[in-house]
Amino acid sequence: MSMTMQRPAPPAQGPAPRRAPTNRRTRTRSLIGAAYAAPTAVMVGLFFVTPLLLVVWMSLHKWPLLGQPTFNLPDNYAGIGDNQLVGSAVWFTLKYTVIMTVLLFSLALGLALLVQNRRRGVGFLRTAFFLPMAVGFASASLLFLGLLSDEVGPVSDALRAVGLVDGYVSWTSGSANSALGSTVVLVLWRFAGFNMLIMLTGLQAIPLEVYEAARIDGASRWQTFRRITLPLLRPTIALVLTLMITGSILAFDQFWILTRGGPDNSTTSLVMVIYREAFIRLDLGSAAALSVALLAVLVIVNVVQLGVLRRRSH
Amino acid sequence: MKIWGKAGYGVTGGALAILFLFPLLWSGYASLRTNSGFGLENYDRLFTSDNGIRLHHVVNSFTVSALTVGGTLVVATLGGYAFGRFRFPGRDALFLLTLAILMVPYATILIALYVLLGWLGLQDSLIGLSLVLIMFQLPFSLFMMRNSFEAVPRELEESAQVDGCNSFSTLLRIMLPAVRPGLITVGLFAFLASWNEFFAPLILLNSTDKFTTTLAVVNMRTASHGSIDYAALEAGVVFMAVPCLLLFAFMQRSYVRGFASGALKG
Repeated sequence: MSMTMQRPAPPAQGPAPRRAPTNRRTRTRSLIGAAYAAPTAVMVGLFFVTPLLLVVWMSLHKWPLLGQPTFNLPDNYAGIGDNQLVGSAVWFTLKYTVIMTVLLFSLALGLALLVQNRRRGVGFLRTAFFLPMAVGFASASLLFLGLLSDEVGPVSDALRAVGLVDGYVSWTSGSANSALGSTVVLVLWRFAGFNMLIMLTGLQAIPLEVYEAARIDGASRWQTFRRITLPLLRPTIALVLTLMITGSILAFDQFWILTRGGPDNSTTSLVMVIYREAFIRLDLGSAAALSVALLAVLVIVNVVQLGVLRRRSH
Repeated sequence: MKIWGKAGYGVTGGALAILFLFPLLWSGYASLRTNSGFGLENYDRLFTSDNGIRLHHVVNSFTVSALTVGGTLVVATLGGYAFGRFRFPGRDALFLLTLAILMVPYATILIALYVLLGWLGLQDSLIGLSLVLIMFQLPFSLFMMRNSFEAVPRELEESAQVDGCNSFSTLLRIMLPAVRPGLITVGLFAFLASWNEFFAPLILLNSTDKFTTTLAVVNMRTASHGSIDYAALEAGVVFMAVPCLLLFAFMQRSYVRGFASGALKG
């Protein structure tokens, strides 16, 4: 198996105007086009725009899982401040986002640099780094639950053998730090290859002549990396960082499956709190208010990213 | 780069490759390992123990995947044709709105989707779940198909129209074969996403007999209060991963193509 990177299709162009079109033909054609786009419009309208408005509407109401909603603004939003679990989940999610983004970014960039040039074995390496992506994230979380368990997993045995730990160890629920560490390792394993591939696409879009020119000017490897690779890679880096930050803020599966939010709620993320409000405390209104707050944060993150991308294209 | 000398490159790359491949190989090993050696006992328990998965969970997973792949292909093909070849009022607005789905992730609107599907009579329904998964696939799929249709030479289409084909038979007979690589990529992504999805079914499906395999396997972990049957769990992991690994092995090119076009511009 080898990976080939293909250049993206040429930039989008609108349909060329027809030669001397009669008004009626244009109108018929635009009706036909609208008809083909209708399924998309229905899907987007019904399952995206409607729930987006609905979640805001719900956040203004006391909305039990069963029974009639009643207007209660601003109780749901006020309740966010009083909910102690929200406070700890916000801090934990922020901490997790910073740790995860720094480590995942460094690893993915390192891997991309390692495999960017054609040489022997590079196809195998790319596939090896990328293969974890084929395992669903929930499955990967279960895989690591076994891998890190003392019952069947080899990790504790190996560390005991070299004397790093002794006795029974519970990585995923032993302590707050080891539970967080377990999820970090899981996410690194699962997503490093994915992000490596995006950065590889960015690296390969840098023209070879630029490197050539730098070499002739006598730039060192480090200078070339700092002054050429990093600046030209900026749009890709912005994209990858946004994906990582957004993904970390929305983390759920890994904690739900691997650590169950524990020990003592120490790894309970924001989305877990939303789930808990909705389906354990059966309070959809307060879950909706949390969702709206989270959405606002994510929109800001995305706007910042767009700003970075814009700046580069001017 | 020079800092990776030839030996350095080999050692670093080799060590990293082992680290990345090890968990996959281990899960295969652990799923086959039994008290008396190797065998399929863990898989047996996966399918027969009280908390284990049942055939209908697998059928549910295939149903959801088939509906999602089919629905995504139909909507994205028609939409891609419309956006790639026609001008109509609201065209740009609808396209931007579809891409905006990427900016509003999952978790924030699933609570509302749960309520909405209830109103539509699609609560706890595989069809409802598939519709939601199709919507989440649309930004990537529509983008991919629009680019595919735009890349088809216009003469091909015009000659069909001269032969008397209307726009729909042109789409079926001339355009579809020309955009096949795009269709394969879109279908592959839709399958992987729906087969592996966990959070959406967790929220939208309530009754255990509607569970997809992913939910059922995770349920073996979350429903057990005392000891977890790790070996059966790893068997479940392998069972879930095998279809995806096979698809990967055969369709890596399609996957990477989707990536290169989607990642750079999406």
